[in-house]
Amino acid sequence: MKRMGIVCCCVLTLMLLAVPVFAQQSPTAASPVGSSATASSPDVPQAVTDKLNQLEQKVTAAQYSADNAWMLVSAALVLMMTGPGLALFYGGLVRQKNVLAIMMQSFVLMALITVLWALVGYSLCFGEGHFIGNFQMALLRGVGALPNPDYAGTIPQSTFMVYQLMFAIITPALITGATAERMKFSATVLFMTLWFFVVYAPMAHMVWGKGGFLNASLGGRFPTLDFAGGTVVHVTSGVSALVCALYLGKRVGYPKQPMPPHSLVLSFTGACLLWVGWFGFNAGSALASNGLASSAFVATHFGAAAAAIGWSLAEWVKNGRPSALGAISGAVAGLVAITPAAGFVAPMPALAIGFIAGLFCFWMVTKFKAVFGYDDALDAFGVHGAGGTIGAILTGVFAQTVINPIFGEGKAVGGLDGHWGQVGNQLAGVVMAWVLALVGTIIILKVVDVTVGLRVSEEHEVEGLDITLHGEEGYNLEA
Amino acid sequence: MMKIEAIIQPSRFESVKDALLEMGVEGMTVTEVRGHGRQKGHTEVYRGREYTVDLLPKVKLEVVLPDQLANRAVDAILKSAKTGKIGDGKIFLSRVEEAIRIRNEERGESAL
Repeated sequence: MKRMGIVCCCVLTLMLLAVPVFAQQSPTAASPVGSSATASSPDVPQAVTDKLNQLEQKVTAAQYSADNAWMLVSAALVLMMTGPGLALFYGGLVRQKNVLAIMMQSFVLMALITVLWALVGYSLCFGEGHFIGNFQMALLRGVGALPNPDYAGTIPQSTFMVYQLMFAIITPALITGATAERMKFSATVLFMTLWFFVVYAPMAHMVWGKGGFLNASLGGRFPTLDFAGGTVVHVTSGVSALVCALYLGKRVGYPKQPMPPHSLVLSFTGACLLWVGWFGFNAGSALASNGLASSAFVATHFGAAAAAIGWSLAEWVKNGRPSALGAISGAVAGLVAITPAAGFVAPMPALAIGFIAGLFCFWMVTKFKAVFGYDDALDAFGVHGAGGTIGAILTGVFAQTVINPIFGEGKAVGGLDGHWGQVGNQLAGVVMAWVLALVGTIIILKVVDVTVGLRVSEEHEVEGLDITLHGEEGYNLEA
Repeated sequence: MMKIEAIIQPSRFESVKDALLEMGVEGMTVTEVRGHGRQKGHTEVYRGREYTVDLLPKVKLEVVLPDQLANRAVDAILKSAKTGKIGDGKIFLSRVEEAIRIRNEERGESAL
């Protein structure tokens, strides 16, 4: 009986010690996994010590397996957000003659970014440094089955690496919503390659990388809370999208000629896939199959739901009818806004963040865009730039230590805890993302413009990019 | 011989077709078309952008009939296509000089 008591105690202690280390999680939990809590003492016979050591190994292995399973599924879910999710969402919103071109832009990023990531991308994002990582993991040197305790102590680094890759794929893909129906394919490929190095890699590193300038748990100057990429993914891509829309100019015929979405059925399907995939994006960002993942899962779902209602209500009041496009756009806006907050906020604040984002993005897309007259064809800025910005700031308001004690056990995290200074830190992160995206994108656009040229000819634009750039049609209904 | 071209609401097509078959019309040609008369169009709103869709979907039905059947057919169409609202469509009548059945080169009303 007494022996069993000792075993139970040891197993419990082990389980507590074996809490994994997340990208954005309390440093107090950063204890070395597998530390021997069963140091032999004169009172404990050798057989018991051996047994306990075996148990320790088994417990650790079980946890590794559970976490790894969830993280592999999450990685797949995040890839599903780009293809088919985003490809369908955007594909339905363009005119019939450009459906393959926009889908192809998402798809090529699945291939292109993967290769860049394997060569140097992962190292630049997650190697050590203030503003960008070093080359220590170039060609994925040392990235294998062993965990990297700086980031995720209970999953193979390969899993962490491939999970993060999926984020790097979807981020530039979001920008294609602003350049849709007029940018050359060659220009898109060159632009995205440069953008990955100039904007994504530094931003991802600063927020999530070891020693990053904005990293909240690994020694950042301005600890910005960004659980799953509100600033890294949505603010950078959204702001870059705005710059692209302004630089490229309007589509031929915009805004006089009607350019309605060619298939809201595709968009609807895509938006629902995005919603489901987002569980991998946000809940997966806990980097373990634990309570924090569940909390982030709930917040994500609640944020999307409240935002769909917010946008639909606004539309109902303003236009007299709630539209399907409005409802799905609202859900995506909510998912964007909850992204930085997912692992820090309780369910009720998640509803609030979603609802506010739904209303705010509705206003950005319908009013703000109309006043300034830029042609952000599929509203990449109105949804991702605006939603990401508001979400990042609201994270500073609603983050709570009971959900995620990232600054240490019991220490105030956000405004609700009384730490209003966090809103300032959030603003620092947002400003950094805006400035980096603005400056980086302008330079890249200039380079691409003078080398391969950005826009297709007016003739090609009128004929449609599917035929002129790819030699195909999306719908050969009579074939 | 008379040719009747009726441009009608797509939603009325089935009842018009039934009414014509019932009165003994044996063949017809139907096309999905777009157009507008006084009805103009409607507006659609996508993310706050309003589009006026002024060409609306209609069904065009063409029948060529012997003179004595033509008037009854017009009545049948009028009765079955009417909803009383703007956008119900139009009927055009014209004289047909000749009809030829391609299979056996029959001519005139017997070719109908």
